Amino acid sequence: MSPFLAGVLQMLALIAALALAYRPLGDHMARVYSSDRHLRVEKWIYKTIGANPDAEMRWPAYLRGVLAFSVVSVLFLYGLQRLQGALPGSLGFVSIDPDQAFNTAASFVSNTNWQSYYGEQAMGHVVQTGGLAVQNFVSAAVGIAVAVALVRGFARSRTGELGNFWADLVRGVVRILLPISVIGAIVLVACGAIQNFTGIHEVGQFMGGSQQWNGGAVASQEVIKELGTNGGGYFNANSAHPFENPNGFTNLFEIFLILLIPFSLTRTFGRMVGSLRQGYAILGTMATIWAGFVLLMWATEFAGHGPAFEAAGGAMEGKETRFGIGASSIFAVSTTLTSTGAVNSFHSSYTGLGGGITMLGMMLGEIAPGGVGSGLYGMLIMAIIAVFIAGLMVGRTPEYLGKKISTREIKLAACYILVTPALVLCFTAAAMALDTPVTSMTNSGAHGFSEVLYAYTSGANNNGSAFAGLNADTQWFNTTIGLAMLLGRFVPMVFVLALAGSLAEQTPVPRTAGTLRTEKPLFTGLLVGTIVIIAGLTYFPALALGPLAEGLAS
Amino acid sequence: MTTDVTKQENPMSTASAAPAPHHDVPTGHKPDAGRVAGGLFDPGQLVTSFPDAIRKLNPRVMVKSPVMFVVLVGSVATTLLACKDPGDWFGWAIAAWLWLTTIFANLAEAVAEGRGKAQADTLRKAKTDTVARRLGDSGEERVPGTELRIGDLVVCEAGDIIPGDGDVVEGVASVDESAITGESAPVIRESGGDRSAVTGGTKVLSDRIVIKITTKPGETFIDRMINLVEGAARQKTPNEIALNILLASLTIVFLIAVVTLKPFAVHAGADAQTSMIVLVALLVCLIPTTIGALLSAIGIAGMDRLVQRNVLAMSGRAVEAAGDVSTLLLDKTGTITLGNRQAAEFVPVKGTTAAEVADAAQLSSLADETPEGRSIVVLAKEKYGLRERHQGELAHAEWIAFTAQTRMSGVDVDGRKVRKGATASVIAWVKERGGRVADDADEIANDISEAGGTPLLVAAEDDKGVRVLGVIHLKDVVKEGMRERFDELRRMGIKTVMITGDNPLTARAIAEEAGVDDFLAEATPEDKMALIKREQAGGKLVAMTGDGTNDAPALAQADVGVAMNTGTSAAKEAGNMVDLDSNPTKLIEIVEIGKQLLITRGALTTFSIANDVAKYFAIIPAMFAIAHPGLDKLNIMGLASPESAILSAVIFNALVIVALVPLALRGVRYRPMSADRMLRRNLGIYGLGGLVAPFLGIKLIDLLLSLIPGVG
Repeated sequence: MSPFLAGVLQMLALIAALALAYRPLGDHMARVYSSDRHLRVEKWIYKTIGANPDAEMRWPAYLRGVLAFSVVSVLFLYGLQRLQGALPGSLGFVSIDPDQAFNTAASFVSNTNWQSYYGEQAMGHVVQTGGLAVQNFVSAAVGIAVAVALVRGFARSRTGELGNFWADLVRGVVRILLPISVIGAIVLVACGAIQNFTGIHEVGQFMGGSQQWNGGAVASQEVIKELGTNGGGYFNANSAHPFENPNGFTNLFEIFLILLIPFSLTRTFGRMVGSLRQGYAILGTMATIWAGFVLLMWATEFAGHGPAFEAAGGAMEGKETRFGIGASSIFAVSTTLTSTGAVNSFHSSYTGLGGGITMLGMMLGEIAPGGVGSGLYGMLIMAIIAVFIAGLMVGRTPEYLGKKISTREIKLAACYILVTPALVLCFTAAAMALDTPVTSMTNSGAHGFSEVLYAYTSGANNNGSAFAGLNADTQWFNTTIGLAMLLGRFVPMVFVLALAGSLAEQTPVPRTAGTLRTEKPLFTGLLVGTIVIIAGLTYFPALALGPLAEGLAS
Repeated sequence: MTTDVTKQENPMSTASAAPAPHHDVPTGHKPDAGRVAGGLFDPGQLVTSFPDAIRKLNPRVMVKSPVMFVVLVGSVATTLLACKDPGDWFGWAIAAWLWLTTIFANLAEAVAEGRGKAQADTLRKAKTDTVARRLGDSGEERVPGTELRIGDLVVCEAGDIIPGDGDVVEGVASVDESAITGESAPVIRESGGDRSAVTGGTKVLSDRIVIKITTKPGETFIDRMINLVEGAARQKTPNEIALNILLASLTIVFLIAVVTLKPFAVHAGADAQTSMIVLVALLVCLIPTTIGALLSAIGIAGMDRLVQRNVLAMSGRAVEAAGDVSTLLLDKTGTITLGNRQAAEFVPVKGTTAAEVADAAQLSSLADETPEGRSIVVLAKEKYGLRERHQGELAHAEWIAFTAQTRMSGVDVDGRKVRKGATASVIAWVKERGGRVADDADEIANDISEAGGTPLLVAAEDDKGVRVLGVIHLKDVVKEGMRERFDELRRMGIKTVMITGDNPLTARAIAEEAGVDDFLAEATPEDKMALIKREQAGGKLVAMTGDGTNDAPALAQADVGVAMNTGTSAAKEAGNMVDLDSNPTKLIEIVEIGKQLLITRGALTTFSIANDVAKYFAIIPAMFAIAHPGLDKLNIMGLASPESAILSAVIFNALVIVALVPLALRGVRYRPMSADRMLRRNLGIYGLGGLVAPFLGIKLIDLLLSLIPGVG
């Protein structure tokens, strides 16, 4: 079988699996966030944290919940790392330095999972499982909660109430992330991923010499790493490591986990706003971009020139032979189009244009299908922008799902789309302009620039993957990328929740023949165009100097 | 107007009062009249408005448009940079074209405003300083019109200019209102009722009236009109503000993209190619200057299009709301049907023929000057070839004119008495004379009533005795083309509701014939108000017309309330638009103009953003192809040199503003169609067109530039 055909077949299998899971999971999530019943374990948690899960919150209260929880999480995770040296079960690793501890705390709480450390050489069981893995669950649940609050903003009217953050957070973990993770971890273990609490093994190599192999609760962390679009690997090699991702099947299964919730949330959205077709239109937009990016990636990676390319059947540098170009490309596109950032191959080693595709994927704003929750709300913000422009072209002041998009709504949406480009470009520019940060670059020229651009793009968009090559464990990068991750996560959430509150207060406008049909393919096409053009225009000059310059050079 | 309707349309009464004047105003409705046509654009306006455009360069004015303010700052910056290096032709060329971009934007606004100025000048002539004859405790005193206060009583006699807005409290007069309506035929203004409002600046032609002043000087109708057409009172509308915010945020995004490009370029070794001047040029090309420059012109032109149709919108908000309207309340009489019922058929009772009925009906109607009476004569002529006889032709005839009391008209001639009139009156007349009412007469009359018509009986007393001959079927005549109009509105997603004082049966019949979606029968002002509130509670925007004082609350409640100029001042105060022609059908055009305004904004925004793609393909290779030769592959237009590429993009960016001024003023062509089709069409033209046009334009400009020695 040719590698290309293998890629196509894997893609088809992946789409089929996602399609099968779409309805049940989407409907399940809609029920979870609409139900007024509490499970016993949930009641126990509410009692412990002193929350009243039935109290409706207006947007400022909801936001306070999100921020308070996240601040506590950052402080806890920071403390845990700083105290690692004194904690048992740390495999003898020392405490993490302040800048790296800040970076890592910001990274895992913001669902980014950028790692400036080597997992197997820095983090013991307590931090990995008690700190990082916990954040993998809760940071994902926070993302879904904010998305659900926005969906409620569309679905509800004449009220400012968006639900209860604590209930949404707890239910997301208990009823969605945990059950799927348990099943997923068992699948991974069955396929060869490790799950233990053993120490470091000294293993002899075939060619002589020895190697250190860590044990750990890898499978359980691996599954939530993908499912919660987190991306922080137990090992530095991330999903390229055989303990995390042993074979072709687990690879496909991990991609499935990455895409599962972000795609299925569109069904939840459709259910909750009372029109499944609106959900399908959003799904169509996400799927079009995702599939389009996979095809582009195949085009660049299979069609290389030169003897090495021809011998390997394409750009094999930095890719695992057990996955091949086809599956590595799907993984790379999926991980950068969601805010996952797990990698099974090294994006730095992709062709110039291929590397550009991974960057552009993040630059779209992580919305196709995006991170868990954040993908949906990001996409809905873009839909509002598209509706605003297109809605005018049908001769009405714009409305989306029966809600008017007027001054307040557009102000919040406009602020949302400003945040990440500002963070990415300003931090990159500062890094390039200063003397010290540039010394972290391994390469010079366009590729070196790509390393820095990729780092901030990944951080501000909460992706977490690295281009490799950049030594990011410096005070400058730990601090600035940490800030980019926190600001890139929580500032947009402020605007999303404010927008949700504003939408929920409105009286819905009834549909007429003069209403823009946002559930039609025409709108999907328009939305794809808006996303690509707005991101393209913002980042084109930067991309031109990085991946485009490199990719067009030959 | 509701009261008029109730009064006139009581089915058993043909005693209609003189119809309100607007019922007689020809609606001018042709099947195509609803298409929103553009005002004429004369390229000469660009020249005459040039001084105004220069005057608008004031930064305090420009800052209101964030996009154009950035261009202004860019113009100043490039000029200063060019001064530093006076030998560099490129810097001067960029600076010059940036200034032109700024001026072109101002020019668009100035041209749009200029069109209103001419109209304002005409209005000012009407607002000459008048002397008012104020009635005080000590009798009449002459005071300047500007000193009048609300509640003052003033006297106007033939030849006087009315000194201020007010209501007639005493007397009747004919008034020349051509100063504001452009209509030269005088109108009657009288105390009480719905025709008591007079407007300052209009002229009394006959008689004497006493007016109670209702508006402060400086805030009169004519003052507001002047402000409106000049654009002085123009405030940004909600949607315009929202669009401005989006444009501002795009401007910030591009500002960041361009500012941060410098360190990237330095690292890439393209420092020299990314001079300040080049970066400013790139920024101006990227920010949405096209829509930023034309946005306010579009708004002014939208108001102006209404003015050209003799509609004054008191706020731009109302014009926007008009585009969103989803329910239209239309009064039956005068809007959907012609002002009056017309005879449609002569139905004989057993033993007579239709021709006999027609003959008797015609004879008895010659003395009936009401429109219904005239229509009987016309029908007899058209259908039965009965020549109209004149009252003088028949000697010794005794004419019985129609009165509201007898509700009958007729003639006594050569021993024959003929009568026609309301059913009850005629039956009483027949019975009084010992005559016989045919059994089927009642039946026929009932059938006609049930079908929504009005029956009139025709009776005669001659040698055959006193008897009923037959029944005249009067019915409402739906204006030609209304059904098509309502179908169009339905396709646009607008529901039409007919408002009438008729009983539900009649109302249903007419509603079905006209093709409206719904009707409100036996409507009282309270019903109308309740209907509006009900629709609004469902999130719908409602538009209506009205002219009576009892319409005022509903007009105020409606999202778009169009008051007829013939209406009372209360109605005019309550509405947010005034139709100087007093033509209720115009509501449909107002909706179309509102939609057109929004479409034009959306189309030019799309065009503006789509344009950027081509500009990148011109400027990025120009800046970076030296540092990264591979990027020359992006120069797909094959532009001659980096300088000419950047300059071409800047020139295109400036010229496209001027090129689109006519479109901004005229508005995008609008045809009623579904939202889907409209989106497809406009996306095709302005989206794809916006992508492709600049590739061609920039290439063309580059070809011309490369002919200049030293550029190519």
